[in-house]
Amino acid sequence: MSGFFDIPSDLQHSYPGLIGLHLKEALLPVLGGLVVALPLGQLCVRFRWLYPPVLWVTTVLYAIPSLAFFVVLIDYTGATETTVMIPLAVYSLVLLVPAIVDGVRSVPPETLAAATAMGMNPLRRYVFVQLPIAVPAIIAGLRLAVVSSISLVSVGALIGNQGALGNLLADSLFYHRTELAVNSVVTTAVLAIVLDGLLVLLRVLLTPWMPRAARARGRGRAAGPRPEPVATALEDAAR
Amino acid sequence: MNVLHFIHVFFSDGANWHGQYGIPHRLLEHVEYTLMALGIAAAVALPVGLVTGHTGRGGNALALIATAARALPSFGLLVLMFLLFGLGLVPVMIPLVALAVPPILVTTYEAMRTVDPSPVDAARGMGMPPARVLFQVELPVALPLILSGLRSAAIQVVSTASIAAYVSLGGLGRFVVDGLYQRHYDKVVGGATLIAALALVTIGVFWAVARLAVSPGVRRR
Repeated sequence: MSGFFDIPSDLQHSYPGLIGLHLKEALLPVLGGLVVALPLGQLCVRFRWLYPPVLWVTTVLYAIPSLAFFVVLIDYTGATETTVMIPLAVYSLVLLVPAIVDGVRSVPPETLAAATAMGMNPLRRYVFVQLPIAVPAIIAGLRLAVVSSISLVSVGALIGNQGALGNLLADSLFYHRTELAVNSVVTTAVLAIVLDGLLVLLRVLLTPWMPRAARARGRGRAAGPRPEPVATALEDAAR
Repeated sequence: MNVLHFIHVFFSDGANWHGQYGIPHRLLEHVEYTLMALGIAAAVALPVGLVTGHTGRGGNALALIATAARALPSFGLLVLMFLLFGLGLVPVMIPLVALAVPPILVTTYEAMRTVDPSPVDAARGMGMPPARVLFQVELPVALPLILSGLRSAAIQVVSTASIAAYVSLGGLGRFVVDGLYQRHYDKVVGGATLIAALALVTIGVFWAVARLAVSPGVRRR
């Protein structure tokens, strides 16, 4: 354990500072992805023909490795945090758009018809009916996006020490201090698991109407035709 | 246009095309790592996913394991394994397999569990033994989703294998990492292009496999 939290001074950050930086580099892109994906998902629901091309483009973007992405972006944004965050935002978009589309599509047409009959305009219907019902699917996509984003930030260490906790890995090789690498891996994994747990908690809080049994049984299966499996199938992972 | 220029310089340089540090050799190494990791991961995850999905039991434990495995940062794991085991294939395979297992496991389980129960019941009613129900009825129906899980695992492994170069192993990432250190920007961009192209080829291969292997009755969409 000796020297476990003894962060080399060339990183210019304390241990909590590195964690903060890591969270910033991982979560801001997901937030950005969500801001873009919500309207995009709604467009894909409204205009059905739009969905396949959007899916194609995002899948192809997803296939580009993060390292390749970083390297090409260095030319435009330099070796900065922005360079790390842009690809992560693109990847989270790939996970979020299908999740949102599946979620919104899983709203039963009778429910929508009832909302219209009650005099709701499209905007109110979207915010107060479609979105709440889509919550389990959206959170499923968010969980994947957040976890993969957190583990990908480390790769930023390869382009001029922009990897937050990943920079510890470079230093552990440099000074040959294995405990730094252990520290980096364990901290990153714990961060990912904690945030995943927080998102599960958020879903439970946001969907109080879901019966406990259904929630325990099928990870959000109560909301329409299996939102989660589709999200995982389109996990289409990759960087 | 800058990037295009670098790509042109890299690919038109004859020295990049042969020898142990040439493109074909690196490409072969990369494909080798990918196939090996994918093979190991599939050998572990497919049977487990098929059985748990077939019986419908252990889904929660499986989801837990998958989440935990996803939380492991593959780049960090790679460096750590390198520090622990030194040079060799083992430190590369461990993170790549850990990366490939969760998507295969989760999609296989979900695919098997969401198979339409009526043909399965019909097969049972016709007196098919459980093994034949599994392989001749459930598996073909679940195949598209299982293949998509394998595809995501494959793409992840292809792009992550590029990081192996950071701990002085081969593969296409070598160009990127070496180029970054030597400030040979054409090498960096060329290597990145090759990796991206390989990932796209992987998508294409899986599309073709799905086209050939999935029965037309299941495809229908």
